[in-house]
Amino acid sequence: MKGIIDYGVYLPYYRLKRETIFRAMGWFNPATAGMAKGEKTIANYDEDSLTMAVAAGIDCLTNMKRERIDALHLASTTLPYKERGNASIAGAALNLSPHTRTADFTGCLKSGTTALISALTALEGETTLVCVSDSRLGKAGGAQEQLFGDGGAAVAVGNEGVIARLMGHYSVSYDFPDQRRMDGDRYVRGWEERWIRDAGYFKMIPDAIQGVLNQCGLGINDLAKVVYAPLGMKDHMAMAKRLGLKSQQIQPALMDSVGNTGSAHPLLMLIGALETSRPGDKILAVSFGSGSDALLFEVTDEITAFQSKNKLNTNLEYKGELENYTQYLSFKGMLPKELGIRGEEVAPTSLSLYWREQNAVLRLVGARCKACGTPQFPKDPVCINPECDALDQMEDYPFSDKTGMLFTYTADHLAYSEDPPALYGIVDFEGGGRYWFDITDCRLESLKVGKPVQMTFRRRYLDQGRSVAGYFWKAMPFKG
Amino acid sequence: MAEGIRNKVAIIGMGCTRFGEHWDRSAESLAAEAFEEAIGDAGIDKKDIHAAWLSTCFDEGNVGKSAIPLAAALKLPYIPVTRVENLCASGTDAVRGACYAVASGACDVALAVGVEKLKDIGYGGLPDFSQLRGIYNRQIFPNQTAPGQFAMLANKYFNRYGLSREEGKRTIAKISAKSHANGAMNPKAHLRREVDVDTIMNAPMIADPLGLFDCCGVTEGAAAAIVVRADRARDFRPDPLYVKALQIAVSPEEEFRFQQWDGTHVETTYRCGQRAYQEAGIKAPREELSMMEVHDCFSITELVTYEDLQISPRGQAKQDIDEGFFDLNGKIPCQSDGGLKSFGHPIGASGIRMIYEVYNQLQGKCGDRQIKDPRLGLTHNLGGFPANCVIGMTIWGNEL
Repeated sequence: MKGIIDYGVYLPYYRLKRETIFRAMGWFNPATAGMAKGEKTIANYDEDSLTMAVAAGIDCLTNMKRERIDALHLASTTLPYKERGNASIAGAALNLSPHTRTADFTGCLKSGTTALISALTALEGETTLVCVSDSRLGKAGGAQEQLFGDGGAAVAVGNEGVIARLMGHYSVSYDFPDQRRMDGDRYVRGWEERWIRDAGYFKMIPDAIQGVLNQCGLGINDLAKVVYAPLGMKDHMAMAKRLGLKSQQIQPALMDSVGNTGSAHPLLMLIGALETSRPGDKILAVSFGSGSDALLFEVTDEITAFQSKNKLNTNLEYKGELENYTQYLSFKGMLPKELGIRGEEVAPTSLSLYWREQNAVLRLVGARCKACGTPQFPKDPVCINPECDALDQMEDYPFSDKTGMLFTYTADHLAYSEDPPALYGIVDFEGGGRYWFDITDCRLESLKVGKPVQMTFRRRYLDQGRSVAGYFWKAMPFKG
Repeated sequence: MAEGIRNKVAIIGMGCTRFGEHWDRSAESLAAEAFEEAIGDAGIDKKDIHAAWLSTCFDEGNVGKSAIPLAAALKLPYIPVTRVENLCASGTDAVRGACYAVASGACDVALAVGVEKLKDIGYGGLPDFSQLRGIYNRQIFPNQTAPGQFAMLANKYFNRYGLSREEGKRTIAKISAKSHANGAMNPKAHLRREVDVDTIMNAPMIADPLGLFDCCGVTEGAAAAIVVRADRARDFRPDPLYVKALQIAVSPEEEFRFQQWDGTHVETTYRCGQRAYQEAGIKAPREELSMMEVHDCFSITELVTYEDLQISPRGQAKQDIDEGFFDLNGKIPCQSDGGLKSFGHPIGASGIRMIYEVYNQLQGKCGDRQIKDPRLGLTHNLGGFPANCVIGMTIWGNEL
């Protein structure tokens, strides 16, 4: 039977303390005082659910060869495009073959687990990469604003090198209208929280769990870890009591450090459980949203090779505080700012050019000269090495998975940036190749000549007037 | 190397408007003013001109494309006119077109006019760069400006030569202070005042480590030159300037795409300088040159240019700066008119403005800021960024 063969995590760099939100909005909604603990993850201004899903996928691909992947499942309720395959953009950014089968899963918060079940039950022998992310918005001052976090998780599924074998899965599906958004809605709308908890959360998750346990002939005490989606700040613990879980069976919900990352959250927690599991452990993963999916896994001996990477903790530890609530509002497009006339200029995007140059723009694929071996970006007919000068000797060469060092850099206060000053520099890639890139996810003080960097797929601009998100790659400090 | 155009062409007339923010002037009126001064200075008529070159850079917010705006502004009578655009080095390239036409014998009298209107875009700094290099590079170039690109040069230079941020900033601040002091004496300068080193060092940051006073002005203005065959120059005036070298060098962009460039100099300047010295027959520039007008778009640019032009040894420009080597009373005064820093930088006009200062200095017409007995003057005009640029250089002498 199929199982999980690899995983990756992506949490964005910025954290917003809930106390910061409460200080700004508590005057309006004093009832959120009880939630004002811990912090949540905030996607940078140049990130969206697509880039975060790609980042999680890249984290997954540090262990496995992308050539193994037959299909890509992208799941999120906050994908940028309604029409234009988000998974096709992600597949290119992950530098997967164009012959990869891609699919978008969306519409409810169990879309992540549904994408995972679809992968696990797909054709025998197929390897599927499941990338899940969310960055949902609650209105200013509401409980959802406190609860929601941004992030992504990726799980690769296949037959060989299984680290957690699928034992069974069980789903329930209801039109439970606890949370909803229609076309054009930016913010999540809900119904009374007590009703959501009592009539939905406390019923559907136990139903799905019971379903899969019955199917496998197991009881709750046979499980090493139980992963289930959080709801409010305290509901996760209340559920544990209802399920009769011992404290060591409860997989932490990450609400005080991440917040609820929507579709991605059950997978994020599942990865947390895998990273501390032992061979033979049975782990249950359960989602909540328009019903519930429950997946039961048994951890294999292969797990030990993966745990040294400590991917979840690496992501939890790489962070910077977003000190201003207004900066958070701005990143989320909730604050009309005075951009200045320079900032208002948005040049049109040529989509035919974008398509022609997709290898460079989406995949960060340049070239290596077959005559002299010099990697170079972008791909030109004539070799950049003046000693070589060969014509038409170029073969594709990917840079997205290469690390590099910062050759030089600056912090530019004149260039328009959503997070000024604009940081950029020149990167020397390990193995050869040099190019200049924007730099993200750090502060000027942390930059120095020679600093190790890695590449990250980002949204360079958002042209809402023309419905174009312009994606490209930036450099960021090496995260490990 | 080819024979070149040394001593084949001479300047017999020049003009230059006051530089500044000309809210009430059009590009056409600025060009006409520089032109009128130039033909008056040369003592010729418009009908004596056989061909003309126009240099402008940012056409979108300026006069638009083609050479028609110049022909129309000056009412040139159906003569050949060509527009050249080579970023901030456009002005030198226009002079090159005029000089080559005369040197070839294609015409006897040629005109170069450079003009730029930059202040009709609604914001400070240069117009947005995002489309400057085409719609593909817009997708893959960083969110950059000129100050940022030259700031990267400064950070790398400081790092390589072990200058602390404070030492580095102080060194380049002295360059800006020197140019402001010179520009304060120039009635046509845009930013005509002295600024002390501490003010420069404490100015608001533009692109780390470059502050406001490390950057040149964003300026409007025009400049013009009239060139003729050298052997006939004295028919027009007793003190023409003879071309000794006129070179353009363009980067193949290997600087930022191949791991060889050290990031602490402008390779294209070095290459252009070598060729210019060879054309001019200069073997020891530090000993032979009387004055320089270099492309000080940023203070750090002027510093590395001292080294790239082989005036100061690599990594040792600081010593020359500290000793006043480039001051008005130094061995090789640099930016005696205030340079881009203080005179200002109307892009398409700057290369011609540099030559205007050499012209006036070599004719001894600079009043308070006159250099003592100059004989050989160099101009260095940079378009683009340290890692990919166009360099235009000229060298002029007052003797054949």
